[in-house]
Amino acid sequence: MTEQILFVLLTIITLGSAIVVVTHRNLFHAALALMVSFAGVAGFYITLDAGFLAAAQLLVYIGAISILIIFAIMMTRRLMQATEQPFNSQRGLSIVGALVSFVILALVIGRYWPRTPDLEIYLASKPAVPDAILQGSVAQLGVSFVSIDAYVIPFEVASVLLLAALVGAILVAWPKAEDQS
Amino acid sequence: MIPLSWYLFVAAALFCIGLYGVFARRNAIAILMAVELMLNAVNINLVAFWRYMTPERPVGMAWAVFVLTVAAAEAAVGLALIISVYRNRDSVVADELDLMKN
Repeated sequence: MTEQILFVLLTIITLGSAIVVVTHRNLFHAALALMVSFAGVAGFYITLDAGFLAAAQLLVYIGAISILIIFAIMMTRRLMQATEQPFNSQRGLSIVGALVSFVILALVIGRYWPRTPDLEIYLASKPAVPDAILQGSVAQLGVSFVSIDAYVIPFEVASVLLLAALVGAILVAWPKAEDQS
Repeated sequence: MIPLSWYLFVAAALFCIGLYGVFARRNAIAILMAVELMLNAVNINLVAFWRYMTPERPVGMAWAVFVLTVAAAEAAVGLALIISVYRNRDSVVADELDLMKN
């Protein structure tokens, strides 16, 4: 029972602050709500026994990406304080589009996802797994990143992508020579 | 006991909230925040499927880490672009960035 209560609480925190993110007029408050939403997602990772990912979520999303977004908001702040309309003219259409997408996804998950009866029982509750496997999963993850049979190529590509993205970000944001004078 | 579908419903809802943000917001930074919400929804799905279907192999976790990496790269480049655009055009409203129109 406590599991369900925890799940519902996490859902309310995550989805509620996500709605604040997309609807709040003040961008700075939206960014703070985004941090709460990220924390809620980290809570879901903990309920799914993925403690490492929860820690990575806290570090990367709340620690880095949110701060980057807040910096960007502050750098473009003059516009944020203007009492301008936060939504474009497609707002009504967007609500309909998002709702229709959700209904389609919910129908697929709830009704049309092909399931055999034994799989149904298997997915009805979190399968019990020995603690040794769950605790070893982070070590296994680390090994799989450098194992030639698993993800060494995507891992190296991801590191090159990060390097290229950061160099590109500095290059794009670098002030032009005439701006400095 | 929590069925797998609960996690999938939450992830679908989070994804659609992000979708709405991308469609309806005018400010480019707000659009970027909505994209981050959508990436998080995908990650919840990946980790939930890992835990329920293949807990003995860390496939879902590995891909969740890759999504995290790409999200970080995307945020860095996106915000650099926004700052650059703001410096040049004094605006980050997506409707007004019509340099490549016509």
